[in-house]
Amino acid sequence: MTDTLEHGARPARAVDARANAAAPRLLDVANLQVSFGRGAHHVAAVKGVSFSLHQGRCLAIVGESGSGKSVTARSLVGLPGTGATLHADRLAFDGRDLTRLSHRAWRAFRGKEIGFVLQDALVSLDPLRPVGAEIAEGLRLHGAARSREERAQRVVDLLRLVGVPEPELKARQLPQQLSGGQRQRALIAAALALDPRLLIADEPTTALDVTIQAQVLALLEETRARGKALILISHDLAVVSRMADEVLVMRDGEVVERGVAEQIFSDPRHDYTRRLIAAIPSAHSRGSRLAPSSAPRFDTSSAALDPRHAAAAPEILLRADGLVKRFAGPDRSVHTAVDGVSFELRRGETLGIVGESGSGKSTVARLVMAFEPPDVGSVTLLGEDWGTLPEAARRRRRRDISIVYQDPLSSFDPRWTVGRILDDALPDDEPDRRGRIAELFALVGFSGSLAHRRPLELSGGQRQRLAIARAVAPRPRLIVCDEPVSALDVSIQAQVLDLLGDLKAELGVSYLFISHDLGVVHHISDRVLVMNLGRVVESGEADEIFLKPRVDYTKRLVAAVPRLAHRAAGDHPTPRASGAVA
Amino acid sequence: MSAAGRSALAPGPVVIWRRWLGPTVRRLLGAIAVFWAVASFTFCIQALLPGDRAELILNVAAGTFTQPTAAELAKVNAKYGFDAPLVVQYLRYLGGLVQGDLGASYQSHRPVLHIIAEQVPPTIGLTLSALLLGWIIAIVLTVPTAGRHDPLSRAVASFQVAAAVAPPYWIGSILLVVLAVKLRLVPVEGGSGLSGVALPALALAIPLSGFIGQVIREEFARVLDQPFVISARMRGMSDLGVRLLHVLRHAVLPGITLSGWALGALFSGAAVIETVFARPGLGGLLVAATSARDVPLVTGIIVASAGMYIIANLLVDIAYPIIDPRIKAS
Repeated sequence: MTDTLEHGARPARAVDARANAAAPRLLDVANLQVSFGRGAHHVAAVKGVSFSLHQGRCLAIVGESGSGKSVTARSLVGLPGTGATLHADRLAFDGRDLTRLSHRAWRAFRGKEIGFVLQDALVSLDPLRPVGAEIAEGLRLHGAARSREERAQRVVDLLRLVGVPEPELKARQLPQQLSGGQRQRALIAAALALDPRLLIADEPTTALDVTIQAQVLALLEETRARGKALILISHDLAVVSRMADEVLVMRDGEVVERGVAEQIFSDPRHDYTRRLIAAIPSAHSRGSRLAPSSAPRFDTSSAALDPRHAAAAPEILLRADGLVKRFAGPDRSVHTAVDGVSFELRRGETLGIVGESGSGKSTVARLVMAFEPPDVGSVTLLGEDWGTLPEAARRRRRRDISIVYQDPLSSFDPRWTVGRILDDALPDDEPDRRGRIAELFALVGFSGSLAHRRPLELSGGQRQRLAIARAVAPRPRLIVCDEPVSALDVSIQAQVLDLLGDLKAELGVSYLFISHDLGVVHHISDRVLVMNLGRVVESGEADEIFLKPRVDYTKRLVAAVPRLAHRAAGDHPTPRASGAVA
Repeated sequence: MSAAGRSALAPGPVVIWRRWLGPTVRRLLGAIAVFWAVASFTFCIQALLPGDRAELILNVAAGTFTQPTAAELAKVNAKYGFDAPLVVQYLRYLGGLVQGDLGASYQSHRPVLHIIAEQVPPTIGLTLSALLLGWIIAIVLTVPTAGRHDPLSRAVASFQVAAAVAPPYWIGSILLVVLAVKLRLVPVEGGSGLSGVALPALALAIPLSGFIGQVIREEFARVLDQPFVISARMRGMSDLGVRLLHVLRHAVLPGITLSGWALGALFSGAAVIETVFARPGLGGLLVAATSARDVPLVTGIIVASAGMYIIANLLVDIAYPIIDPRIKAS
């Protein structure tokens, strides 16, 4: 496969669209329809999607889970999924009709003409084989490098191309021995192995820390600059806004809006696009609601219950003093997960802890919950010792503090109904259990019909609401939220964040809010701790930390956050800086 | 642990110890401990069994059921050391075990070790060929059908469930009647050659293939949906290629663990099958020794079987990291 480019390397971002339109299309899709199952179980996943793409351009397909964006992309390589029926009026790559390809022809096509990067690099590389074997696989299958030595050399070259350090060593290592960013790079290298003209990346940055995310996006940008066409699939509009020339907004298998990126982000026409853009939590959304559909049940502007407006300084709920936690590694090396962390959390306050994976923020949550004793330091809850007590003495006071996890599903007994899960969370001395459960249902906006459902029968957003209802059940003073919205779509995330805000105003509960997402933390927190490698590197008022970071590490974090390159009209329009994050 | 911990200043040998020798030595020590426990257990049963052992020996040797005189008993007791305190007997027994001495048979008065050594090779041959055959059947049936819902795949899955619960001696009898008596494809009474081992091995392998098949089928279907499998398809690999090259390796892992248990189970299952097919082997020996109340021989066979079982599991432990390199790497 020669790398003949129709337009040479892209000279600049703002290639004249009309010049491109005159050139032959690389990819042409008309009325693509994909459905799963038959008869009563028939589900249409993609309902008539049309688009086209030119060499060297980037198309973004945006939508929430279940919108059909991944199925659309997978249809382009003829693998929409098991039991899928595919129909398209036109599905052509470089003038070649893909709907007529035989199985054998499809196999020769995949990988060679279109490289595909699946989401979640953590599980997209075979955990039992060295990384190099995965990259060499495509070369071997398509006969691109016949000898073993030649393939090994190509693998090293590819890993170097995508910026993996020590490529010779990494090629021989297992995926688990590589960092998340390196794995994602290796996966991109595998997709680029046969120099395909089109690269499709499905949620390429979703599981990554913000600084790594920025690096991977830069790598994709570079790839595009080398003349590849790029289809970028994401639920994250901010990620997409940096790179896309054109955007397709999908919902329920349909394209609700399509257009040039500038227009979509600055002047979204469809209501759904507007909602998606508004739902992104960030500095400018602070104090406002993210999901327009959910009106506040409670007047949040009322100062009566807002402790920050009270005259005296509110009481200290939680105090962590010089917490240190060490773990022994598999080779008995000692790893200090938390290294001298101190903070105070006052009544009615939301304290955010932000940091990348491995920064020790979740360990802090476990220490605060007293699931584990600290090696050094103390945790004080409501003025009394908490962290170092024997569990029996602590149990009576457990109701004062509760926790919401990232993945609620694994924290529920799958055979229990919603009603039973909440009943189990109530204190033993609760007088009116039924009434209290009904109250909790109302608090999180559940209808009574959900009481007999089981966790698996709930949507992702409902599960997280249930987790919050369970956390609220014993009337705690403090709720620890450990990445509570990281697994949710942006509009569901918006609803959950709004719910947390409502509950705070309504019940006067305080939060210790842990997240890797700076936008989310900024949106919800009053004060913020920034953690790196087990230490607190910076702390202060949320606005100060995120708008005027003092420490280099925080500055790097803040700079790496993908932001909407174009703000919706009426907001704060920022000129689109080429390639750089705003 | 302490030795490795203290010598932290010399990283080279420490790393080798931690990665390789440490786990292997620990596993070996564990295996020896298990073997010692089994040996002690069988000794206890032997010593605490009701009835006088000297009387038993005299009766077994003479083929009578008379009450020997006290003088006769004393002679036997002295010869076999039954007059010594139990602790001394136990230590002698362990000492003998270390030197490979399992005592002498009450019936033939030949060393138990020799008798077992003669009968072990056919049993091991049968066990290993059954295990191999079981794996081949399981893989051949599972690889093309796992994760599919067409009628044929469902039928194969149902067959595996049925096979897993079928008793080997029943399958053995059916095979014998159909293949040997009706169709005359193989001799009725198995010789020592390939045709002789084929039917009994198949009788043991079919239920085993059902077990292994069920275990790997479930894992196979799970792995088929993993993103790395779809990624391989996206690179242009065929469905069968993905199944063989990526999925199978993951799917066999739980089956490998099962194989350690299966070898032990086959070893005891062989006893029945050997009788059905009138084959030489430990099975026939055990049946004969038990009915004759030849205690040292029975003990010897139990200890030898336990030894096989331990070796099988040791081999599984050693083989596992070859298929799953994650264990080594972490």
